Amino acid sequence: MRRSRVASIAAVTLSLVLASAACGGGSTGSEGGSNEQPKTLTYWASNQGASLEVDKKVLQPELDKFEKETGIKVKLEVVPWSDLLNRILTATTSGQGPDVLNIGNTWSASLQATGALLPWDAKNFEAIGGKDRFVDSALGSTGTQGQDPAAVPLYSMAYALYYNKKMFADAGIEKPPATWSELTDVGEKLSKNGKWALGAEGSNLSNNIHQVFVLGKQHGADFFTPDGKADFTSDGAVAAVKQYVDFMAKDKIIAPGNAEYAQNQSLSDFAKDKTAMVLWQTASATFKSLGMNEDEWGVAPAPVQSGTPGTGTNTNSMVAGINMAVFKNTKNIDGAKKFVKFMTSDEEQKILNSAYGSIPPVKSAQEDPAFDSPALKVLRDTLATSATALPQVPEESQFETVVGTAVKELFADAAAGRKVTTESVRAKLEKAEQQMSTS
Amino acid sequence: MTTTAAYGTVERTAQKQDPGAAPKKRRPGWLRRVSLPYLLLLPALLLELLVHLVPMVIGIVVSFRELTQFYIRDWTTAPWNGLGNYEIAVDFDAPVGEALLKSFFTTCLFTVLSVGLCWLLGAAAAIFLQESFRGRGLLRTIFLVPYALPVYAAVITWAFMFQRDNGLVNHVIHDQLGLTDSPPFWLIGDNAFFTLLIVSVWKGWPFAFLIIMAGLQNIPREMYEAAALDGAGIWQQIRRITMPSLRPVNQVLVLVLFLWTFNDFNTPFVLFGKAAPESADLISLHIYQSSFQTWNFGTGSAMSVLLLLFLLLVTGVYLALTSRGRKATDG
Repeated sequence: MRRSRVASIAAVTLSLVLASAACGGGSTGSEGGSNEQPKTLTYWASNQGASLEVDKKVLQPELDKFEKETGIKVKLEVVPWSDLLNRILTATTSGQGPDVLNIGNTWSASLQATGALLPWDAKNFEAIGGKDRFVDSALGSTGTQGQDPAAVPLYSMAYALYYNKKMFADAGIEKPPATWSELTDVGEKLSKNGKWALGAEGSNLSNNIHQVFVLGKQHGADFFTPDGKADFTSDGAVAAVKQYVDFMAKDKIIAPGNAEYAQNQSLSDFAKDKTAMVLWQTASATFKSLGMNEDEWGVAPAPVQSGTPGTGTNTNSMVAGINMAVFKNTKNIDGAKKFVKFMTSDEEQKILNSAYGSIPPVKSAQEDPAFDSPALKVLRDTLATSATALPQVPEESQFETVVGTAVKELFADAAAGRKVTTESVRAKLEKAEQQMSTS
Repeated sequence: MTTTAAYGTVERTAQKQDPGAAPKKRRPGWLRRVSLPYLLLLPALLLELLVHLVPMVIGIVVSFRELTQFYIRDWTTAPWNGLGNYEIAVDFDAPVGEALLKSFFTTCLFTVLSVGLCWLLGAAAAIFLQESFRGRGLLRTIFLVPYALPVYAAVITWAFMFQRDNGLVNHVIHDQLGLTDSPPFWLIGDNAFFTLLIVSVWKGWPFAFLIIMAGLQNIPREMYEAAALDGAGIWQQIRRITMPSLRPVNQVLVLVLFLWTFNDFNTPFVLFGKAAPESADLISLHIYQSSFQTWNFGTGSAMSVLLLLFLLLVTGVYLALTSRGRKATDG
């Protein structure tokens, strides 16, 4: 094996070989799926809870309920985020995947381009109760515009500013900052004696993208032209990336050590009263699992440049969330649709979103009083009024990699005390953009 | 060598001159004798074909195609791209080629240092442990522990130790010894190269130790005794007896270490995750990122094929040079 690693592509090619050897059913050819195995379904769930075990505990009772209702047994596998996209790619190449799966909603357009996922046309939407059951912002992140969605929304999330009430009180700060200049002001008061104002996950490529995408919106930049070409070096994009990295490089309100964070260490710093604020999506469940009480942190809308959150340059969050997709070559197409209908039903939406601290993307479930708590209300309002979907283009996952890496490298520069200038930011983004144009 | 060859010739001549038996009767036996080894090899050959050769051939085919996410569902539909993928990979003025070249040089430097240090440590430890003393067996066992540990578990532990704020390494050199003004970063930035080197040497030297130790068992003690009588010191003994005797062992050892280190994927991947810092961007991780992270499997395959050609070339030249050298000494 080691020798054959000369071709690191071997993993994919091997799966291709195995596929051609094991592909007895010929199911890859059938476009609309079949009903050869109406009694079973395989489901890959993404990791939403504090651990894979927590997810199994949340989901299994619901799957049992589904089996009781329909007689269809759902085989559950919770796939960690580090593996999920590679697993989906392998399943796509081999044609040997699950029937139903969760995807990060930002991957929708990229995965849609593979043609492996069932398109949700009017007929399919009808089978699960209609498209208008879902919130518009969530539907905006289900695939390329103008095409049938590649997935349906399952959990919705938004970014918000989580602040540590004790640290705010100690520093004599009364209310959370609403603009970035307010944030850097309170940041100066908070960042002393080994404590820091803001947390960041500098080595987490996806998180970097989420943050600079929103800042990009606020600077009027989109990262992609309307016809889907990479546009990373516009003045707005450069300003956005620089503003984010400057919280560490210039304002010095992010601890340098955060440059190597990629495993939510900033959340444990927050719980240990070492970091006063984090910009995060649905962090409540994690804070609780880190031993915090609900009254120890506050939730406020993420800051904007000026004014109040809204659309356009006052965007303050991406539309974060999880979508549910069906592999086109499933051998239980009717069962798969039934399962999606079940998971997006009002009752299940309430149960699952409450368990995970997310917001239901289903209108009627969202109105439930369970989602009226102050924290969830901030997220709900953000989703409804000031969140924008990440670019819905096939190259989205490449964008996350190359620009996310550029931000990571800039954070490394800032942490090492090197200057981060408009030129150095532009140079990194230029390199990232050139990597896109050849792919 | 010569003796074995001579025996072979004698045997063959004896068979040819065997007068009594008729050719017809002899044939099945002869056939059986010749075909038996191949029959026994057949399962291994088939598996080798399936597990190694077929994926490699497909990888080569893919390198001539434009395989992106639009075609991965059925890769045979991906359009042919001629040498396009190779042109991108070796266009060193463009960012993709430039990054590949830089990654290649980083890997070369890393490999030379890692193999050199592994060999040096392995050889030194093996030679010291030749002397019989109390606790030698225990030391030998302890030295082999890194080789016995699962790579992932070991490297994750290293990653924890190298964390800037909570890692053991900074705790010792910054908090306790006060050697640095501020705690340095080990997993990002320029120091990442040394982090990778340390972990790689830690992981690789026990193998060198094991092989050299085995090689040392074949050197007759009398040679050392004779040399000592003639007044040779320890360094002269090592230089004039140990090293020349270890030559064939070293030849294979260095080659194997070179190939393993050059292709090492697990160590950088576990240490740094999907995007390695530029200073430690080893080529196998670079190719992984070029194919899996950007979903451009055609270019990734082209890079892999180039890497394969390079390693084949190095191996070929190395074997040609060293075996010629050995023939010369043998003759």
